[in-house]
This record gives sequence, structure tokens and C-alpha cells, in this order.
Amino acid sequence: MITAERKPFEEILSLVEGQKKILVAGCDTCVAICLTGGEKEAEILASELRLKAQQDGREVEVTHTSAIRQCEWEYLDMIAKQVEEADVVLSMACGIGIQSMAEKYAPKLVMPAVDTNMLGMPQEHAVWLERCAACGHCGIGLTGGVCPIVRCSKSLLNGPCGGSHAGLCEVRRDNEDIECAWALIYERLKAQGREELMLEVRGPKDWSKSSSGGPRKMVREEAKPV
Amino acid sequence: MTENGFKSGGKLEKILAAGKFAVTAELGPPKSADTSVIATKAAILADCTDAVNITDNQTAVVRVSSIVSSHLTYEAGCEPVMQLTCRDRNRLAMQADILGMNALGIHNLLCLTGDHQSFGNHPQAKGVFDLDAINLIKMVKDMRDDKIFQCGDEMPVGPAVYIGCAENPFGDPFEFRALRLKKKIIAGADFVQTQCIFNVPKFKKWMEMVRAEGLHQEIKIMAGITPIKGAGMARYMQKFVPGIDVPQDIVDRMAGVEKGPASQAEGKKIAVEMIKEFAEIEGVAGVHIMAIEWEPAVPEIVEAAGLMPRPAVA
Repeated sequence: MITAERKPFEEILSLVEGQKKILVAGCDTCVAICLTGGEKEAEILASELRLKAQQDGREVEVTHTSAIRQCEWEYLDMIAKQVEEADVVLSMACGIGIQSMAEKYAPKLVMPAVDTNMLGMPQEHAVWLERCAACGHCGIGLTGGVCPIVRCSKSLLNGPCGGSHAGLCEVRRDNEDIECAWALIYERLKAQGREELMLEVRGPKDWSKSSSGGPRKMVREEAKPV
Repeated sequence: MTENGFKSGGKLEKILAAGKFAVTAELGPPKSADTSVIATKAAILADCTDAVNITDNQTAVVRVSSIVSSHLTYEAGCEPVMQLTCRDRNRLAMQADILGMNALGIHNLLCLTGDHQSFGNHPQAKGVFDLDAINLIKMVKDMRDDKIFQCGDEMPVGPAVYIGCAENPFGDPFEFRALRLKKKIIAGADFVQTQCIFNVPKFKKWMEMVRAEGLHQEIKIMAGITPIKGAGMARYMQKFVPGIDVPQDIVDRMAGVEKGPASQAEGKKIAVEMIKEFAEIEGVAGVHIMAIEWEPAVPEIVEAAGLMPRPAVA
């Protein structure tokens, strides 16, 4: 799933500064599941903004709504009236939803209230781990189902670097240890009896299939309406 | 390939090919535009080494570029080993430097993945890692031997390069470490310089695994050595430097002498003992001395290890 985190309140305030009618728009899909931008979180942010305006003695009208999926035109149609009445939409959807909103209602001011951060997996309640870089060509069939592109800090293709120690990466993120992807790959391949795959020299990655090739487009001709 | 059958025609390659015990050292370029220090350091290292590694933004800290520093080192009378990391450049930038290196007097290239940018002074930088070190080695070999770029395009003249790589015998999984060197040999590496060694028994164990695969006959192995200045440095490396294994007895030995000239002398003594021990290990073809911002220690260590004068090559 796509995960996102709410921006700091001060940053959100700066994005809607001077606006009189603010609509906080949640999204009921990925960002709702990761407890960041669903209808409930939209309601909370709207309340915070109202309270802050009240404390500052500013007259601001803040309402909230939510779309089933902000990334699809049909669901955006369902909140058209609220969007049209607002001076600014503070979207709590992922980057896709925010842009869909901005595109559909252009030139309406649409501001991001969240930072979209990864394609992640819930490891346990309220903890998500990055699992996919959407790099455009999946090679995990040869790496025991562990992605070295996103889980190795250096995206290595041919085994662990010299910094792998006791199953951990030399890099720590936010003062926390990271598992060495290649240590995981090695153990998984051994468990599968396929450790000889570690010896294959894998050639350079074709990054043109990822964002290095420019914005991507997917067309499923067979699924297009005739 | 050069006309006389050597890959690079450089001094390091000739000395290793002749089976003579080689000595390289490390020269860290300055963190300023005052490049005069490069010639100063090169002058210290010229007579006691066969070639000098020029680091490439080591530990992800910005310094004078390795290609410029390598050229200045060459001009100062030392044969450079240009280090090149995958962290800061994509395949276009790397091939561009590789094409030009011969023209600047550079014939040795050490292919590295590179320390992660989070360790350096620009932790917000985007790490490139377009290739990994193994694919960098393969790319250089294809440019040299087959005169083709990574994309497959042909070139009329390929670069004459002696291809080096690094390996850390102390990384995990330990049992994969010799096999990783094998992958680098398959990719095209001619010589390897190891991470600095403090845990000698573990290095010997790694060398056993290397010999069991016959790798010492396919690649020239240079054992990495870092002289320690004092107990504080030993403890720091033990605790904080990724991939370095400093046994407690080394720390205790350094702590047993007074900090200053006495501890520096002890650090050099340990380095000399290690060189002598490594020279006896089957398959070790030389040593690589990384005296971090302590280049003046190198000639003393090489002299005391009985490795002076350095062999002349035709």
C-alpha cells in the first residue's frame, strides 16, 4: 500500500495562510488504512485548524470531507460541490490523490497536508516498512523474494557490501537499525536450497524502466472500452 | 591491453606480475582548493611505495576529485591508483573519466561501491548507485578488452587500465566473503586491496577460503593495513567504523602505552609486525597501507618491515 505521514501543523498552516474557506479532504483508501488521511484524520485536522483560527482571532471556515479514492475522477465527482465552495482544498490523500484533485478542479488551490513516503507493508499495528520502489522490472524471483533495490541502502545487485554486519546494514535510519537486504537474501536462498544464485553476476539495472526514463504511462489495450 | 602485453603498463601491475611483494599507500586529497598538499604527501610516499591510492570523496566527505588528485600525484612522481565510487556518478560520468584517465598519467583504477552518503558531510545528497562495484569492474574490463561501452557501442581505442577492487574479509555473511571476491574476479578485477586488517586470525581464515577456491592464483591480493595512533583511535574504530573488526587485544596493547610519541611508535610497530606476518601467508601479494592523515608514518613502516628499497621496473 501507499503510505503517507501528516505534515507538521506549522507547515500546513503556512500552506493555507490567508485563506478563508478551507476544505480538508481525506481519502478512504491507502492513507486511511495507514491512519494518516482518512475521514477521521480529516475531521481532526479540520478541528485543529478551527481551534487555531479561534485562538488567533481569525475568521476562517473549515469543513471536511472524504472521497472513497481521491485518485479516481468518479469519486472526486462526489465531492464536487464542497470543493467548488472552498478557497483552498487541503488534501490528505497520497501524492496521486492530491494531483488528481488539483487536475480535476484546476485552477482551484489544492495543498498537500501529508508527505507521501513509500510503498510499504504493515509489519505490525501502526508500523510500516518500505517494500517496493516501483522500479519497473521486478527481479525478486532471483533474490528469494527480498527486493535489493529498495531494501539495500545502495541498491546493490550482487551481494552485500563490506558494511554488512551481523545481519544489519551499515546505514541506520532515524537512529534505528536496518536489516541488511543481502543477508536476508542469502539466508532465504539457503533455506530454499538455491544459494548458488548468489554467485551469478547480475548485470546493470535498466533504470529507464523506473522514473529515470521520465514519467511512466501504462496502457492496457485489451481492457480499453471498444 | 598495451603493446608489451600488460593490461596497463603501469609499475604496480609490473611489480605484481613479477611476483614481487608490492606496497601501496593511501593519499587523501584535501578538503579545500589548496591542492599543494597533494604534492607534499606524494613526495613522502614516492620512494616507499609502488603506487598510491587516491581516495574518491572518502567516507562521503567532499574533497578534491580523485581524477584531478591522481593527475597531480602523477605529476609529483607517484603512480596513482584512482579510486572511483558508484555513489557519486552514473555510468556516463564514470566512463567519461575512465576514457580520459590514461591521458592524465593514470593507469590503475580501484572500483568501489562507496561509503553511503549518510556517513558524510552531505547526508541529504542523492546517492547515485546506478551500478554496483561488480558492474563497474565489468564495465571497465569491457572497455579495455573488448573496446565497448557499457551500452555495447564500440570505441576505436580502449583505455589501458589495471583493474582493482576492494573486499572486506570482516563483513558478513563471512562464508560469502571469498565468494564475493570470486564474483569480482569473474567481472574482471586484476587486483584487490582489502579492508584494513586488525583481526589477523580471521583474515587468515578468509585467506584459507580464498585459496580453497583457487582465487589467489587469479587475482593479486594486497592486505590492508592502517597504523593506529593511539588507544582512542583503536576504540573509535572498534565501536563506530562499519566493517572494521578491531580485536580487544589490539585496543589493550595501545592502551598500555602513553598517548603521544610512545603510542604512535607502538601503532607503527603493530603495522610492521602485521606486514611481516602477511608476507608469510600464501596468496598475499602485497600490502596496502592506509595511514589516515598520517602519511609520514608510511616510509618508516615500510623501512622497518624490510621492504626498502622498492623494486625498479623497466
